[in-house]
Amino acid sequence: MRRVLLADRIATGVLWAIAVVVVLILLAIIGHFVIGAIAMLGPSFLLSEPSDSSVGGVGPVLFNSVYVLVLTLLLTVPLGTLGGIYLAEYAGSGPLTRIIRFCQELIGSVPSIVVGLFGLALFVNATHWGFTALAGALALSVFNLPLMARLAEQAFRAVPDDERSASLALGSSQWQTIRHVVLPLAIPGLVTAIILTAGRIFGEAAALLFTAGLSTPTGYDFANLNLGDPRSPWSPLHPATTLSVYIWKLNSEGLGSFVRQIADGSAAVLVVMVLVFNLGARGLGRLLQRRITGA
Amino acid sequence: MTDSAVPFRSTVLRRPLTRRERLDLPRRLTLVAAAMVIVLVGLLLAFISWNGVQLFSASHVSLGDVLSTRWQPDSSAGNTYGMLPFIAGTLAVTIVAALIATPLAVGLALFMAEIAPRWARSITQPAMEVFVGIPSVVYGWLGITILVPFLREHLSGVGFTLGFSWFAGSLVLALMILPTIATITHDAFRAVPAELRSGSLALGTTRWQTIRHILVPAAKNGIATAVVLGMMRAAGEALAVQMVIGNRPVMPTSLTQPLTTLTSQITLDMGNTVAGEPWNQALWTMGLILLLLSFGFVVLVRVLGRGKARA
Repeated sequence: MRRVLLADRIATGVLWAIAVVVVLILLAIIGHFVIGAIAMLGPSFLLSEPSDSSVGGVGPVLFNSVYVLVLTLLLTVPLGTLGGIYLAEYAGSGPLTRIIRFCQELIGSVPSIVVGLFGLALFVNATHWGFTALAGALALSVFNLPLMARLAEQAFRAVPDDERSASLALGSSQWQTIRHVVLPLAIPGLVTAIILTAGRIFGEAAALLFTAGLSTPTGYDFANLNLGDPRSPWSPLHPATTLSVYIWKLNSEGLGSFVRQIADGSAAVLVVMVLVFNLGARGLGRLLQRRITGA
Repeated sequence: MTDSAVPFRSTVLRRPLTRRERLDLPRRLTLVAAAMVIVLVGLLLAFISWNGVQLFSASHVSLGDVLSTRWQPDSSAGNTYGMLPFIAGTLAVTIVAALIATPLAVGLALFMAEIAPRWARSITQPAMEVFVGIPSVVYGWLGITILVPFLREHLSGVGFTLGFSWFAGSLVLALMILPTIATITHDAFRAVPAELRSGSLALGTTRWQTIRHILVPAAKNGIATAVVLGMMRAAGEALAVQMVIGNRPVMPTSLTQPLTTLTSQITLDMGNTVAGEPWNQALWTMGLILLLLSFGFVVLVRVLGRGKARA
């Protein structure tokens, strides 16, 4: 009998230890970057251009990350939300629904480097665009569109059926119900979903290597607003090395004496952004929930 | 009145839409959006397969050659495109990563589901989400700036002469898949009916006995699914592995030695090769292998899920 109690004690202790160690590892990772690079995260690093003779900055790269992110969200959020509406509100359990769900699982399993290859074949070579921000955004959409659809479906399913019944009982059509009752109630969930996918998109690199390109961006002229001009940073057809890709590129080329500092600083920016996206998703979701439901 | 009773399609098309049909337009629109994923899967399969078989169809490399261990795409004596080192490397790195991560992840999931007081859960839950969100290049960069130098400087005695190694790759991957496995396993534990738990405890068992003899067996399939999903993520991960594994196309023999994987070779060589040459085509073949491997994992997860539904 004693042995059993001892085993219980030991097991409890071991499980506590595992949890503490894992949380400490995470804190160490975050601390390593945030504390180690906090001195670098000033405007001179975040805003200026890469340089060979000094630490320089990641301004254009950071701009590209945000640009590709916004482009990807423009492609995935509307379509993904519509897809989510179908799956949550209309879909039965027929073969078509089953095929859609199976395909979502398949896409979710495809390694991002393979999505990158697909993007290279379709959006870079077949279109003759070359490496562009648009090709990168399209490649990212390949796996974020189904993800957004799934998250949107969950957001719609979380809306209680009573709301639908009440609306339908008042004589509104199914679409009117979705549009005016379900969609507003699902918005907090949708916002959380969008921010979480945004975090993933922001950190993604493998799918962008062969689609958005690897050139080091310098000489960005933000006054050039000609969207058809590939030299304009605002053009979807400009080559766009993002922050994550930049870290990999720095490491693989290993040139220059400031590589370590620049990559540490860039990694710190990524980690801080992940924290911001996570906290943002939680905070904003909760805030909207309170506003919309009035609870 | 019903639309299906109208005998000729042409009359249906000519008359104005009924109220019902107009209201059904959103249904069709949303269906198109949802069904895009089918088109994506089709395109993905088509493009990767077509490019992936060029090595055989256009460059006439034999399957036997590809299934050998000699990878010499750039040799003057005659090129060979043996891919076994990459396939074996991917499997080896993935399996060791799962071996490291699974006990920790299952332990963590048990802690979150059964032991943690409320305050501890309010730390572990968001911690897992942040963990999953950290980009893979960040893990790779950590590996190359901290793990690899550590192995080289302090453990060269046991064989880590370079630091870049199978073990380094597996350890970085283990860290990356730990939250994935822990989160899904946690869900599996929570799905175990409370009656099983209370029934066991009412018989006078300790918490650990209940966990070992009731919870873990009941959540067996869920744990297996979690591990497979974790391995899927590990096998497909590219940049973090490429940065720490050393990229040497040899068959895996020792945890301390450099190795390579399908993903890291694609990452490294894609930019250095020219479309149309066999070396480049071989990279696409590796992509196709990865794609088929990941689809295989999905089928495996489905089979495991079905087992759970029947039990």
